[in-house]
Parts: sequence; C-alpha cells; structure tokens
Amino acid sequence: MNPSPPVIDVTGLTKVFGHKTVVDHLDMQVGRGEIYGFLGPNGSGKTTFIRMLCGLLRPDDGQGTCLGFDVRTQAELIKPHVGYMSQKFSLYDDMTVRENLDFISRMYGVANRSAAIDRTIGRMNLGRFRDQLAGTLSGGWKQRLALSACMIHEPQLLLLDEPTAGVDPMARRDFWDEVHKLAGEGITALISTHYMDEAERCHRLAYIAYGHLLATGTVAQVVAAEGLVTYEIAGPQLYGLIDRLRGLPGVEQVVAFGITLHVSGREADVLAHSLAPYAAPPLTLRQIPSNLEEVFISLMRKAVT
Amino acid sequence: MARIVTFSLIRFAAMVSKEFTQMRRDRVTFGMMVGIPLLQLILFGYAINSDPKNLPTAILDNDRSVFSRDMAMAMQNSSYFKFTQAIGTEAEADELLRLGRIQFVVTFPVNFGRDLARGDRPVVLLEADATDPSATSNAVSAIRQAATDAFTRDLTGPLIALRPANGPVELRLHARYNPEAVTQYNIVPGLMGVVLTMTLVIITSLAITRERERGTMENLLITPVRPVEVLLGKMLPYIVVGYIQMGLIIIAAMTLFKVPVIGSLPLLFLVSFPFIAANLGVGITFSTIAQNQLQAVQMSFFFFLPSILLSGFMFPFQGMPEWAQWIGSVLPLTHYLRVVRGIVLKGNTFVDIAPHMWPIGLFLFASLGLGIKRYRQTLD
Ligand SMILES: Nc1ncnc2c1ncn2[C@@H]1O[C@H](COP(=O)(O)OP(=O)(O)O)[C@@H](O)[C@H]1O
Ligand SMILES: [Mg+2]
Repeated sequence: MNPSPPVIDVTGLTKVFGHKTVVDHLDMQVGRGEIYGFLGPNGSGKTTFIRMLCGLLRPDDGQGTCLGFDVRTQAELIKPHVGYMSQKFSLYDDMTVRENLDFISRMYGVANRSAAIDRTIGRMNLGRFRDQLAGTLSGGWKQRLALSACMIHEPQLLLLDEPTAGVDPMARRDFWDEVHKLAGEGITALISTHYMDEAERCHRLAYIAYGHLLATGTVAQVVAAEGLVTYEIAGPQLYGLIDRLRGLPGVEQVVAFGITLHVSGREADVLAHSLAPYAAPPLTLRQIPSNLEEVFISLMRKAVT
Repeated sequence: MARIVTFSLIRFAAMVSKEFTQMRRDRVTFGMMVGIPLLQLILFGYAINSDPKNLPTAILDNDRSVFSRDMAMAMQNSSYFKFTQAIGTEAEADELLRLGRIQFVVTFPVNFGRDLARGDRPVVLLEADATDPSATSNAVSAIRQAATDAFTRDLTGPLIALRPANGPVELRLHARYNPEAVTQYNIVPGLMGVVLTMTLVIITSLAITRERERGTMENLLITPVRPVEVLLGKMLPYIVVGYIQMGLIIIAAMTLFKVPVIGSLPLLFLVSFPFIAANLGVGITFSTIAQNQLQAVQMSFFFFLPSILLSGFMFPFQGMPEWAQWIGSVLPLTHYLRVVRGIVLKGNTFVDIAPHMWPIGLFLFASLGLGIKRYRQTLD
C-alpha cells in the first residue's frame, strides 16, 4: 500500500508584514497521524505560519496543500476539517462554556449537537463549569475549553498554537495523552510549544527562528545534525566559574543546570582543550549527550549572527 | 473553482442567537439602547428655534391686479418666502402641502385690488404646513411687513387716506397639520429617526470591531461561517432593538407629549424596516473599516452629525442652503423624517410617502453592499 499523501505539504510559504518578512520561504511536510512539534523563539513566525495553513492569513508567496486542498484558494474547504486553537483565548468571555461549545458546533454543523457537547464536556471534565462564563475560568480550564471547542467537530488536522502555555504539569500531561490517543486514530497535529519536554513527545519537529527553518526531523536527528558537544562540570562554587568559562575558546554556552554546569560548543577539539583544566578535583568533568534546549539555543545563536 | 457559495440557516441562526446572548449579558449597552431614546426625547422636548429663509411658497392669485403682484413682490423681497409655483385651485394647494413640496400657500381673493383701494382691508390667506412650527413662527410678521412695505408706497398722494392704522390688508394664517404650532409635535416624531440613526449606527459599528479587538474574530474566521451570515446575523438582533426603540418613542409621544397620530401605525412600522436596515448597513460598514472601537464610535458620529443637522430635524430642510440640501438628500434620515411626519402628522398613505422610500432603499443596498465587500475573511 502506498503511504497516504501528506496532510500538510507546503513549499516556500512566505508572509510579509509591511517591510518585514515574518515567514521566509518555509517548507513543511507532515504525514497522517503524525504529531509535529513547532518550535522557535517568540516572534519567529510560528503563529503566522499556522494561520497561513488554515486560511486565516493569505500567503504572499509559496504554495501547497493542507488536507489536499490548496492553501491559497481553497480555505473554505480546509476550514471544516481543521481544529485550530489560537495562541490567545478567542472564545467568547461573556458566554458560558456550554453556549460557546454550542455556538461552535452549530458553526460546523455538528450532528447530534447536544450529545456531542455532553460527550466533550464529559471527556474534558468541564461538567462543573458548564454554566460558568468562559471569561471567569482560570487559565488551565480556558485552555481545556478551547481545546474542546477545536475538537468538537472531529477534525482531521489539529493546529494548536501554544496550547499548554501557562498550564500546570498535570494538565499538560493529560493534554499530551489525549493528543497521542487522537494520533492513534489517524488525526494529525501540528503543535507549537516552548516546552522541551513537549518537543520530545512529538514524532518530529521543526525549529524556526526569524522566519527561517533551521532544523527538522526527529529529536535525535535534530540533536545529531547540530553536532553539539556538551560537558557537565560538577563541584563546589560553580557560579564563580560561569563567566570565566564563557570567555574560553570553543565555549558557546554555559548553563547552570541544578548543581552542575553544562558547557557546550560545536568544535569538539577546541572545547575539550579549553575545559581540560577544569577536570581537576574538587571539580569533575564528563561528556554528556546534548539536550534539545542546548541544541535550540545553539541554532538560535547561529540565526542571529 | 471549488468555492462553495452557500448560505447556511443553521450558521445564521447560531450567529443571531450568539448576538442575543451577548446583548443580554451586556446590561450597560442594553440599558443605553433603552435609555438614550428617553433621554433624547426629554432633551429635545424643548423647542429648537431657527430663522429660516426662502421657504417654498405657492401663490394662488385670484385677483391678478397690480396690487396683488406688488404685495407678492414685497413678500419675495422679504427673503422669507420664495415663490416656487403659481397655482389655480384650492385643491392643488392642498395636494402640494400634503406632500410637503411647499411650506406655504398664499391666496389673494377676487377683487383684492378693488377692496384695497376702497380701504376695505381685503383678506390675504396664508396657509402653512405647520408640522415644523419653527418654519411658520415668523411667517405672519414677515407677511405683515411685506404688505406695509408694498402699499405705503402705492398709497401716496390722494390715496394716503387709505392707509388704515391697522394695516392695509387683513392677514389670516391657517396653520395646517399642527394648528396649535406645538413644537413637540414636529420634534417627537422626528426624534424617532434621530434616535434610530444614532443608536443603531454606533452599536453595529462596534459589532465586528469588538470581535477584532477582543481576538474572537480569529475563532469566528476559522469556522466555515460566511460573510453574509456574519453580517446579517449581527444585524437581525438590532432590527429587533430598533423596533423596541420605535415602540418606546411612539408610546412616549402619545402619552408624554400627546402627539396626535393621524396616520397608520402599522404602515409606519412597516416602512421603518428599510430605514432601520440602512442604518445597520452603515454601522456594519464602519465596523469593517475601523481598527478599534474608538474609531468605530468616531465614524458613527461623523455620520450622525450631518444626519441630525442637515436632515431637516434641526432646521427646516427647505430653508437650508442648496449644498446642504444636496448632502441632506443622500442621508436616509432626511427621507425618513418626511415619512414619519407625513404618516404621524398628516395621515399620509403609502402612495404619498413612496417617493421618499426609494432613496432609503438605495442607501440600504449601497451601505450593505459596501459592508459585505469590505468584510475580510482573513486576519491581514
Ligand atoms: N498582523 C500583523 N501585522 C504586523 N506584524 C505582525 C502581525 N502579526 C504578527 N506580526 C509580527 O510577525 C512576527 C512573527 O509573529 P508570530 O507569528 O506571532 O511569531 P510567534 O508565534 O513565533 O511568536 C512578530 O515580529 C510580530 O510582531
Ligand atoms: Mg505565536
């Protein structure tokens, strides 16, 4: 059997606001059932890119399809099958949880509306808040409501823009369990996030900075591609050491990590040479695998310089 | 092109019920919508005085003597009256007054000149459309002055004895439609149009701007809803509001100000529909242009000011300079005022007011069309 065509397949997607190119010729292919992480510093164009995929913004250049429909001309056909959760809560504050869900499900023409709403409310544990105004919900519950709203019409593609920002770890875990369950049913998800642990729960990810795609692939591929070498230094009075280490040749990042320091650089030999003096007691030095955060920071630094 | 052009009743109904829900929650705005009409009614209950000029007048000259022509000339020179037509019968005069084409009819009796020469003080009849008393209040003194001016010149030499102490002619003013010249009779029905214009334009101008400002537009645009469904869905609830306001003003007009309603109220409600919708169309259009709610309110005032000043609400329309009348003719309020006053004060029928309906209809389609054209389905 042929692999099913990609759910998102765009090339050269570009958006210009005024004189500023916010998304600069971005390509992306996401397959069915995939959970695709979308990372990058604030203002790098994630939201803008997601909005172009679902017809909320018109691309200035580039083409491609989303769910098989042209992103430039067939937004009307894409919209019914997409569940989009905006970065900022955009349901009606002055309507109750139930009223909001009812409005959204009418907009999508959901069959058996009442049952669908009850099911969603039940699954998301929103029962207690059913008749509470959405504006009075706390952050985490608002996220849950927004997530319910974007799934009530059983979309094939979820576009979630920082869905877990400001949500407690427990709720985040529930959320990710839910996403994985949906992926198992063949639903595709593109999720932007700033959390590294969430990035690691994605099948694949893309890292963008200032509108440019800097890395794509599985977590392991992204880490390997950057070729970053990281050492861990442990011992007493490490804080005094940070500034001194930062000036050394080959050292690109020094990060305090609990009671240790992580020192990374791309030139393995130079770095090893610079750090050799810090292997003596009371300090200990050992090489460790680079983590995603170090890789992303390294990517971002490169993008700036 | 695989573009589905459909109108979904389900989505339209969802928009309408959402708007009603939000309206119900927004107590302050709802209070304003009810409060503003009543407040304005009380504020404008006071007379608005003005000094109109060149009011259109028809002349019915049964004498055709040098004396009647002299007096007509003097009236014209007073710049208060402007003769727009000479007519032959009383029936013609009635018709012109009823349709609001003219403000006055001046009638010179047969043998006006002979009686004047005999010193018999002939009767000059001035019939006035008094629906707007500010237009007629100065008419009597203006015409008396004109008579004196005309005949003190003619009655010289041997005729000087014919200058009676109490004026050469007897003036009879016949105020039609609002015989007691009660200003409120004119203001209150007019106020209905003013209130509808003000509140409906402002409220709908906020309709889409608010969604944009609160960020809820993003969620609305991502759904399959179509522009027409959004715009009409947002208008319908305010049509209901407009009718509630109308009802309030009519009740107040009849109870507080004892305005006699001569024409048909059902007709009034029926023909108000395009006017209400035209104002909503303006508001919706502003709403698609304004960047934020403040701008939306400013635009509404930009529309409201000429409406109130140039429509014939504040000053008699016929007395305004020509350029002002041109602007006024575009505004739906101008035509609606004639409709309301015509129905309430003159008992106009649909046929009588029909000429004022098409400019309102035209404005409605233009404003609504512009709104739909301006409505953006994207965030950029
Ligand atoms: N409507 C807009 N008009 C002008 N600039 C915008 C608009 N939307 C976003 N931007 C700019 O585009 C850049 C990218 O924004 P965004 O896509 O929100 O980034 P991210 O979601 O990655 O934080 C930012 O610099 C932002 O200021
Ligand atoms: Mg963003």
